[in-house]
Amino acid sequence: MTLDAVFREHWGRVLATLVGSLGDIGLAEDAAQEAFAIAVERWPRDGEPANPVGWLISTARNRAIDRIRRQRLLAQKTKLLARELVAGSEAAVPDAANFPDERLELIFTCCHPALALEAQVALTLRTLGGLSTEEIALAFLVPAETMSKRLTRAKHKIRDAGIPFAVPPDDQLPDRLAAVLAVVYLVFNQGWGGGRVDLAAEAIRLGRALTELLPDEGEVLALLALMLLHDARREARLRGGEVVLLDEQDRALWDEQQLSDGRHLLQRAMARGNPGPYAVQAAIADLHLQQPRDWQQIAALYQTLVGQTGSPIVELNRAIAVAELEGPEAGLTVLDGLDLDHYRYFHSARAELLRRAGRDDEAGDAYRRALDLAQTDAERRSLQNQLARLRVT
Amino acid sequence: MQYALLAYGHQNTRDAARPMDSATAAVLARPYVTGWARLHADESATTVGSGDAGTLLTDGPFIDTKEYLAGLIVIEADNLDGALAVARELQETRTGGAIEVRPIFEAQFRDA
Repeated sequence: MTLDAVFREHWGRVLATLVGSLGDIGLAEDAAQEAFAIAVERWPRDGEPANPVGWLISTARNRAIDRIRRQRLLAQKTKLLARELVAGSEAAVPDAANFPDERLELIFTCCHPALALEAQVALTLRTLGGLSTEEIALAFLVPAETMSKRLTRAKHKIRDAGIPFAVPPDDQLPDRLAAVLAVVYLVFNQGWGGGRVDLAAEAIRLGRALTELLPDEGEVLALLALMLLHDARREARLRGGEVVLLDEQDRALWDEQQLSDGRHLLQRAMARGNPGPYAVQAAIADLHLQQPRDWQQIAALYQTLVGQTGSPIVELNRAIAVAELEGPEAGLTVLDGLDLDHYRYFHSARAELLRRAGRDDEAGDAYRRALDLAQTDAERRSLQNQLARLRVT
Repeated sequence: MQYALLAYGHQNTRDAARPMDSATAAVLARPYVTGWARLHADESATTVGSGDAGTLLTDGPFIDTKEYLAGLIVIEADNLDGALAVARELQETRTGGAIEVRPIFEAQFRDA
C-alpha cells in the first residue's frame, strides 16, 4: 500500500481516537498530521509496522504530549494524557483493537445541528475523509482562505460551545442520524457535478464507514445503496462532455459490481421494514434501471416520498412519471402546481413535456429559462442541443 | 432595584481567553456587583428560534434589529445539548423572539 493510500485509509480512524483522548479537534489534527509525516519518512526505510493504525495513534499521542509539555497553557486539557504518561504507556504500541473506534462520535460532532450545514460538510470531509482544506475549497468553489476560516471557526465553536463528542441518546438518534446522512448525500450530489475532487467517491467511502458503524440502521444501508446505484452509471453518464440521458446510456459501461452491491444493500434495508426516504429513493433508482421501466410503481413510490419529505422537487419527479403513464399534459398539470421557478430542472423537465405535447413555442421558452439557470458547461451544451433540435422539427 | 449591565465588545478584541483587565476586575470586585460573566465570542453562539414545526436551531448569534434584549438566564449544563434542551423548552413557552445560547468563559455570582 502506498503512503497516500495508508493516509486515506486510516486518517478518519486515527483522528477520531485522538479527538476522543485529546478532547480537541485542532490539537488532534496537528498531532495526526505529525504522525503521518513521520510515517512518510520512516515506513519506506524501516517497513510498514504490523499495526499501522496503532502505530499512528501512539506516535500522534506522543507528539501531542510533547507539544503540550511545551505549551503548559494547555495543561488543563491533558489530565488524561498526563496520567497515561505517568503510567509509562508511552512506549507501548497497543493493538488497533485496543483503541476504541470513535469515528461515529466524531461524525455526530461534525454534523451537529448547532453548526451551519456548510461547516458540517467541510468538517466531515476534513476529519473523516482526510481531504485537505485546499481540496474542499476546490470542490465547493470557494477560495482556500474562506474554507480555512470556515473550518477554524467550526472547530472553535465545537470546543468553546461544548458540542459533545458522543453518539446521541436513542431519543435523539433518528433526527441526528438524518442530519449525518444529509451531509453525506450532499457531498455525493456535489460530486455529480464532475468537479475536480472526487466527492462522489468520498461520499461512498463515508457511507461505507457508516454501514460498518451502524449496521442495523435501515436508512444508513439505504443511503449507501442509493449512492452505489447512481454511481454505477458514472462512466455512461457523460459522452464527449455532454450529459447522456438514462435511456440513451451504454449499459455496457455500467458497473455491474456496484449495481449488485447496491441492490443487495437495498434488500437489507427493505428487510428491516418501515422504509425511510433513502430506501424509497434507492428503490426508485433501482426501478429506473429496469427495462421496460415500471412507471406505475415509480409514480407510486414518488407519491410515498412526497408524503415523507413534502419536497416539491420530488413532486417534479412524480410529474415526469405521471407523464409517462398518462401523457405529457397530465405531467404538466402536476408541474403547474409547483413553486420551483428558481430550479433549473423544473424548466428543463417542463420544456421536455411541452415539446412532447407539441407546444414547441412554450417548450423553447422553457429551455431558454433552463439555460439561464444552468450551472455546468455539460448542462448548457445538452440544453442547447435540445433547443436546436426543437427548432429543426 | 437590580440592574443588568450588558457589555458589548469590539470584533477585534473578542478573544475571550485573554486575561481580564485589572481595572475592570477592580470594579467587578466591588460589593454592589452581585454577579458577572464573561462570554465566549459570538461565533460560538447558537440561536434557538421558532419555526413552523417547533423550535429551530441556527448557527451564530441572534441578529434582528426589531427585537430587543428582554432577559438573561444563567444555567448549568453538561454540554451544548443540555443547554439547548433548556433553551428549547423556554422558547416553546414564548411567542416569537429567540434565545441565543452562548457559553460562559468565566463567571462569578453572589447572593443579592
